[in-house]
Amino acid sequence: MSSKDRILGRIRRALRDDAPAVAIPRDYLPVHGARTPAERVDLLAAHLAEYRALVHRTDEEALPALLARLLGARGARSVLVPTGLPPHWLPAGGPTRVPDRAASTPYELDRVDSVVTGCALAIAETGTIVLDAGPGQGRRRITLIPDHHICVVRVPDQVVDSVPQALPLLDPARPLTWISGPSATSDIELDRVEGVHGPRTLEVVLVGTQ
Amino acid sequence: MTGTYLGMPAFPAVPDLPAFPAAAREAVRDEVLRANLRHATHTIRDKRARAVAELADWDRLRAAGKAVKDHTLRHLDRYLLQLEEAVTAAGGTVHWAADADEANRIVTELVRATGEREVVKVKSMATQEIGLNEALEAAGIAAYETDLAELIVQLGHDRPSHILVPAIHRNRAEIRDVFRAEMAGWGRPAPEPLGDDPRELAEAARLHLREKFLRAKVAVSGANFMVAETGTMVVLESEGNGRMCLTLPETLISVVGIEKVVPTFRDLEIFLQTLPRSSTAERMNPYTTMWTGLGPSRGADGDGPTAFHLVLLDNGRTDTLADETGRQALRCIRCSACLNVCPVYERAGGHAYGSVYPGPIGAILSPQLRGTRSAIDASLPYASTLCGACYEVCPVAIDIPEVLVHLRERVAQGGPVTRAGVRVTLRPADGHTAERAAMRAARLLLDHPGALRAGERLLARARRLAPRRLPGAGRAWTDSRELPTVAAQSFRDWWDRERSNPR
Repeated sequence: MSSKDRILGRIRRALRDDAPAVAIPRDYLPVHGARTPAERVDLLAAHLAEYRALVHRTDEEALPALLARLLGARGARSVLVPTGLPPHWLPAGGPTRVPDRAASTPYELDRVDSVVTGCALAIAETGTIVLDAGPGQGRRRITLIPDHHICVVRVPDQVVDSVPQALPLLDPARPLTWISGPSATSDIELDRVEGVHGPRTLEVVLVGTQ
Repeated sequence: MTGTYLGMPAFPAVPDLPAFPAAAREAVRDEVLRANLRHATHTIRDKRARAVAELADWDRLRAAGKAVKDHTLRHLDRYLLQLEEAVTAAGGTVHWAADADEANRIVTELVRATGEREVVKVKSMATQEIGLNEALEAAGIAAYETDLAELIVQLGHDRPSHILVPAIHRNRAEIRDVFRAEMAGWGRPAPEPLGDDPRELAEAARLHLREKFLRAKVAVSGANFMVAETGTMVVLESEGNGRMCLTLPETLISVVGIEKVVPTFRDLEIFLQTLPRSSTAERMNPYTTMWTGLGPSRGADGDGPTAFHLVLLDNGRTDTLADETGRQALRCIRCSACLNVCPVYERAGGHAYGSVYPGPIGAILSPQLRGTRSAIDASLPYASTLCGACYEVCPVAIDIPEVLVHLRERVAQGGPVTRAGVRVTLRPADGHTAERAAMRAARLLLDHPGALRAGERLLARARRLAPRRLPGAGRAWTDSRELPTVAAQSFRDWWDRERSNPR
C-alpha cells in the first residue's frame, strides 16, 4: 500500500464517528468602519508609517522629481526597473537603470542600490502593499535583495479597506508578496529591529490628484 | 567550513526525557531565564490584547476560524486530494509521508537528486518535529536555519523554547556570546567588535546569512496554510528569510502537516486577520508569500524555483484525528498566544515540555502526536493549572483545558487510542496507582452515603487529632502546603441543626 493510501485510510477510519457537519459562519465584518476614499488613504499612510515605512504623497506630474529626490537622498548609483514600469517615472540622468531580467544572478542584484516598483493593491486597515509580479512590479526577488525599495501606489483607486476586500481582487495563480513595512525582527528580547534580510528601507509613494 | 555538527538535537518519536516536573524544576530556579521569560511573555500579551481589541468582530472571526478548521478536518481526505490535484496541475510534485522517517527519506532523496550538499531552511516546526536536520546531516547535507531566532538556537547547540520566538529564553548578552563563539565555524564570522545591541546582532545575522541565501540552490520550508481549491501555499514571516528561501533557490521543498490545509482562497481572509494579531501582535506581519506550484510561467522566466515539492506529513496527525475530543488540537495555527498567557509556561520555560511544541498547545499536541508511552508525554497533560487563559486567547478556540483533562484520564485510566492508524488499548500509566487507589476509595465513600456521613462526623470529632502533614505519598504535597483545618462540625450536622431549629 502506498503512503498516500495509508494516510487516506487512516483519515477515513478516524472520521467514522457521526459528529455533525460544520457550517461556517461568515458574519464577521468585511470592513472595520466606514471611510471616504480620502480617509482610507490617510489610514493606509498612518499604518504604513507606524511600521516604519517612509510615506510620501505627490501627484502624477511631480512623481519623477520626487523619485529622483528620494534616490538622490540615498546616494543610489543604480536602480532596478521592472519591465512595465512607466518610463517617464524615472527621469533621465538619474542612477543607472538595471533592467529586471531572468538571467540576473542574486549576486548581481545584491550590488544594486535601489528598486522602484508599482503594486497590485494596498490595504488600509493593515498597512499592507501587495505585489503580484505584474509588469510594473517585476520578479519577486527584485524587491527583496536591494536594501531600498520605493513602491508607488495610485490613490485612491489602488487602495482597499480590508483583507476581505483584497483577496477577491487577487489571482492566486500569480506569485503574491504582501509587504507591511520594511523587513523586521523581534527575536532579540522582543525589541523590534527594522531590516534583517529584506530591504531595510521601504518608501511608499502615494500618487493621486492633489 | 569545519565539519562540526551544529544542528539541533532531534525530538525522537518516544523521547527519553525526564517528566515535566523534573524538567521544570531547574528552569524554575534559573532567575535569568525567568526574568527573560517574564519580560517577553508580558510584553507580547499586552501588545496582543491591544491588536485584538482593534477588531470589533474578533469573536466572530474566531468562531469562523474554528468552523473552517473543523469543517476541513471532517473532510480531510477530500481536501488533501483536491490540494494534490491543484498543486500538481500548477507544476508541483506532491509526496505523502506517513511518519518522520519517511518524510526525512523523501527530503533527503530530493536534495541528493539535485547534487547539492547544503540547504537553507525557513522556520518549519514540522521539520523540527521529524528531526530533518539530523537526517540530512547523516546524509552529508548541511541544513542552515535562517530565521534569526532559529539561527541563535542552531549556533548555540540549543533547543527552541517558544513557537514564535524560539530563542526567547536567551538575552542579548547571551546571543552576542553565541555569535562570537560560533559564527566563524559555520560561515562568515561575527563582525569585530560586536556589541549586544539588537540592531548590531541583527546586522551580524544579515551578513552571516546573506552569503548562504545568494548561493543556495535548495530550500526547505514549512507553510502556514495550503489552499485546497487553488493549490496555493502561504508563508507568513517578518525578516525576509522566508522570501529568500521561497524565491531564490532552484528547488523548493515544503514539508507541511496535513492539518494545515484550508478549503478556499477566501478562507485566508479569516486567518490573515487573526494569526498576525494573535502571534506577533501586529496588524499584519511584514512579509507574506503566496505561491501556487511553479506559477503561470512554470518558473521559466526566472521568477522563483524551477522545481517545487510538497511533502504532506502525517506523523501522528491521523491518530490525533481519531480522538473525538483531542482532534481539536489540529485546529492550531501556531500563533503561540497560549504560551504567552500561561502561568506554567512563564515559570517553567519551553524546554521543560520536551517538544518543538511547548506551552499549553504542546501539552496537548505532543502526547497525541507521539503517544503517552514516555515519561515526558505522560506528564505533559499535568503541566497545567487548568486556569483556562489559553482557551480564552486561542484564535481558533481550542478548548485546551478540556483536552488536558481528557488526556489525564487517558494517562491515569488507560483505554482505547489509535497509534500509527491502529486501534489499541492503553494500560494505565505507571506512577498513577496511588491516585487511582485514592479515587477508588473516594468513589466507595460517595457511593455509600451512610459511610460518608459516619466518616465526616468522626473526622469533625477527632479534628484535634487530624495531622498537619500527610504521610506516605501525600508528603510531597504537604511539604510546601498546609492541610486545611477540619471544621468543628460536619456540614450535615450543621444542616440538621439549622433545619430542626427554625428561627
